[in-house]
Amino acid sequence: MIGLSHYLAVSAILFVMGVLGIFINRKNVIIILMAIELILLSVNINLVAFSAFLHDLVGQVFAMFVLTVAAGEAAIGLAILVIYFRGRGTIAVDDINRMKG
Amino acid sequence: MIQIIAFYLFAIMVCLSGFLTITARNPVHSVLWLIMAFFNAAGLMVLLGAEFIAMLLVIVYVGAVAVLFLFVVMMLDIDFSELRAGFAKYGILGFVLAIGMAIEIWIGTQAWEAGPIQAAGRAAPTPDPAAVPNIQAIGALLYTKYLFVFEGAGLVLLVAMIGAIVLTHRNRGGVRKQNIAYQNRRRPQDATRMTNPTVGQGVEL
Repeated sequence: MIGLSHYLAVSAILFVMGVLGIFINRKNVIIILMAIELILLSVNINLVAFSAFLHDLVGQVFAMFVLTVAAGEAAIGLAILVIYFRGRGTIAVDDINRMKG
Repeated sequence: MIQIIAFYLFAIMVCLSGFLTITARNPVHSVLWLIMAFFNAAGLMVLLGAEFIAMLLVIVYVGAVAVLFLFVVMMLDIDFSELRAGFAKYGILGFVLAIGMAIEIWIGTQAWEAGPIQAAGRAAPTPDPAAVPNIQAIGALLYTKYLFVFEGAGLVLLVAMIGAIVLTHRNRGGVRKQNIAYQNRRRPQDATRMTNPTVGQGVEL
């Protein structure tokens, strides 16, 4: 039977994949944002799995708040990306420290 | 039986989609794989009995966030092949780090042991799903106990919306815009002049 540990394993794999995505796409900030979405998705799976197996609804309520923050973060991140591209003509973020305030 | 098959189907698909999201050559494909991952995660949440979160994932992520990503990827004219330059260099470090982190999580979950769960210790016990549907139970909790947190979430979204608009809005110079207040303020006596010119003289403007 499928237990809590199965869901935790899926969540852990997804989390690690998100971290790996940030590392192997160091330059492409769009993929980095998508990797952050994957990490937040794995956190949501974790919260909902514990909520279901402990018969406690709070986990699902908090998963909703994580979703809210993730949506806001994606909107702001993409807005910053758009104005960065408008100014520089590229989205390579490894030389973003050239701005220096 | 069908539950086990469904779990493994969704779990394998979500992991595969996640992997293809971060490794796809074309970012448009990345976004499409991300949508696939969200769909399968929603399937996992349905299996767990969290229908509300599952529907929220499909509506918010697939319907809004992924489409936002798709817009940005397609709108900006970016040379993506140039951005993949450090793939191999960072890849080794990334894989080492990812494997280390996976081992750490595995050790953590092996060492963790659930103590006896006391029913009285729960913050909000789930009501019987046959009597109270999941969405109703979450709504009853959200609008009573977590009302202020819920309002705070709304505020976060409002601030994010204002922030995104302020950041991307730009005032273009050299564009002739209609100034309605100025138009309404203008009176006939400011704009016109009564003259009575003699024949052959004309009017001096």
